[in-house]
Amino acid sequence: MAASPAGVPARDVRVGPRNTDEVPSRRALAAWRALLHGFDHAFGSRGNPLRQLGALAFLAFGLLALSGLWLYAVLDTSASGAHASIEALSRRPWSPGGLMRSLHRYAADAFVLFTALHLLSELLHGRWRRFRRFAWWTGTALLPLLAVSAVGGFWLNWDRLGQFSAIATAEWLDALPGLASPLARNFLGAGAVSDRLFSLFVFVHLGVPLLMLFGLWFHVQRLTRAAVFPTRALALGTTAALLGLAVVAPVAGQGPADLAQVAPVLALDWFILFVHPLMYAGSAAWTWALVGGGWLALLALPLLPVRGPRTAVAVVDAANCNGCRRCFADCPYAAITMAPHPSGRTGRQIAVVDADLCASCGVCAGACPSSTPFRSVADLVTGIDMPQQPVAALRRALQDGLQALPRQQAPHPIVVFACAEGAATASLATPDLLVLPLICAGQLPPSFVEYALRDGAAGVVVAACRDGGCAWRLGARWTAERLDGRREPHLRADVPAERVCLVEADAGDEAGLARAVAQMRVRLPQINASAGPAPKIHHG
Amino acid sequence: MAESSSDSAPVHAQGAGPRGPAAWLLQGVLYGLFALVIGVFSHWPPYRHLAPDTALVKLSLVHVGKPVADCRQLTATELAKLPPNMRAPTQCPRERSPVTVELDIDGAAAVRTVAAPSGLSRDGASAVYQRLPVPAGERLLQVRLRDDVRADGFAYTLERRVTLAPAQVLVIDFDAGKGGITVQ
Repeated sequence: MAASPAGVPARDVRVGPRNTDEVPSRRALAAWRALLHGFDHAFGSRGNPLRQLGALAFLAFGLLALSGLWLYAVLDTSASGAHASIEALSRRPWSPGGLMRSLHRYAADAFVLFTALHLLSELLHGRWRRFRRFAWWTGTALLPLLAVSAVGGFWLNWDRLGQFSAIATAEWLDALPGLASPLARNFLGAGAVSDRLFSLFVFVHLGVPLLMLFGLWFHVQRLTRAAVFPTRALALGTTAALLGLAVVAPVAGQGPADLAQVAPVLALDWFILFVHPLMYAGSAAWTWALVGGGWLALLALPLLPVRGPRTAVAVVDAANCNGCRRCFADCPYAAITMAPHPSGRTGRQIAVVDADLCASCGVCAGACPSSTPFRSVADLVTGIDMPQQPVAALRRALQDGLQALPRQQAPHPIVVFACAEGAATASLATPDLLVLPLICAGQLPPSFVEYALRDGAAGVVVAACRDGGCAWRLGARWTAERLDGRREPHLRADVPAERVCLVEADAGDEAGLARAVAQMRVRLPQINASAGPAPKIHHG
Repeated sequence: MAESSSDSAPVHAQGAGPRGPAAWLLQGVLYGLFALVIGVFSHWPPYRHLAPDTALVKLSLVHVGKPVADCRQLTATELAKLPPNMRAPTQCPRERSPVTVELDIDGAAAVRTVAAPSGLSRDGASAVYQRLPVPAGERLLQVRLRDDVRADGFAYTLERRVTLAPAQVLVIDFDAGKGGITVQ
């Protein structure tokens, strides 16, 4: 956590429990992060598919919708004609229709894979508590819809695989109580599958995905700028990979369904149809217990008691909130709304925090223009702030810390503002460093960087999580944009750029952070020699 | 740590983005791996649903059992206690008998089941569905069905010698219109 220079405590700087303090397994999370960082080498953190699994699932859903529309246009929606109409596409695998048929299957597999990995990632990060409960529950509720949509697609082809899946599903459902007649009787003999039943298949395969689309809208409702589109490069790369697969290994039918026969060996789609072999290996009741129990356990996770007291949420100070809406725009979880200001002045607004939605990330405090430390008030109170680490405490810690640095040993002091969720800073403790932890890098008002330089720091390092890897979603992105001058409040343009360094350092990136600090340490004497020290603040 | 750049910014960014041919090569390998994983597990390994030289017998029937008791005539006193619009002279129980089904294959007991009638009042049909993998070849099937708790013995029986081909599905059903137990 907070590492201060030797003998210089960072007074009053506490960030409270970290977002990642309560995870199911630290070892598993560390392994996942190592995998993430490995992928970063190839894709960069912004384009890393493992950081955009939800968006990739949306992409797969879009590919399914597009290819599905094509297939629906050519599908003979009768029990006797369906297989022939799809088989006609399979006979011309490299025609547009043939490619769409293969793309539809492979996009469905990718959808399942992305969803499973997305779920795994959220699970490993422990993201089911408090403000994330809504997204967790709505996402988990979508899993059965995904299963129904995906499995039902195989029936429409009505080949031997579709026949096997339909019968296996019926036999599985028959294990549930309450059915007067076994569903599996619908598949007893030749001619048992009527056009009417087949119309039901079509209805399920069209209706349930529409329901799922509606559910997905709910799933991202409480997120600001929900990532439903992957980066362009990733979207193109993924689509190209699936299309390439469709060209190299076109999906072939497995012969028309024949209810008088069992296909003894099937080329099974294990991504989607794994539950059928599971059932035949055990029993329907056992499979229900496993699958249904697992699903219910996921749903119940947010109901588990949370350790420790609830973290304080953002607090608005009416006297210092001018209704500028920057916190409203930057809040990653849409926890802030704007309401008429209690002053009653016409047109003036005030930010209002919904405590149930607030993640306690502090991004709002970093967005508030009143958070500037240059204000000449003894007790710095800003418009919106975090009670566990107010900007006043941060300013005081900065002032005291810089004053306490041993100047003889450290002629070029460096201030490190470090996200507590990112790289650990304990190993950085050297006499020339003042490390100030933040709940999130986005909590840092950019003016603090200039203030630090004017108050005696020779350089400032801001350590945020990697792009796309912010534990609070948007903090790292907003920090980069604010420091770049692309987002309000921004760092003033006349701040010497060579004295400021933004480091993207996740947990596990300690060596990278240390390297960036070391580079800054080497650079600063040269800068001072050529340009002289930064102007100083004179504290009254 | 990842890398990116931001030339116009007043910050020295250590950012994040792919750099160098090795990164692009690795990216290509990972896309290929993704396609490989999807392509392989979309078809492989093959799943053997039924052992070689095995047929599948499906015993499946839906049948409404007989009432559990006889209808009886109400006495004049009992009728007088009823509202005038409900004075039906005959009273029949709603509840149906459970259906007992037995199947022997080559003289060995393969199925012994008693299916309870469905419905809250137990007045619905009884249903049986069982799938039995059976070695292919000539087999003797003996099916018995009892649907009345008031009677002893089996009301319906069927004995048939069949030749099952590998992977063939043989369905044993019940159709009162066709005389009872059927084999298709």
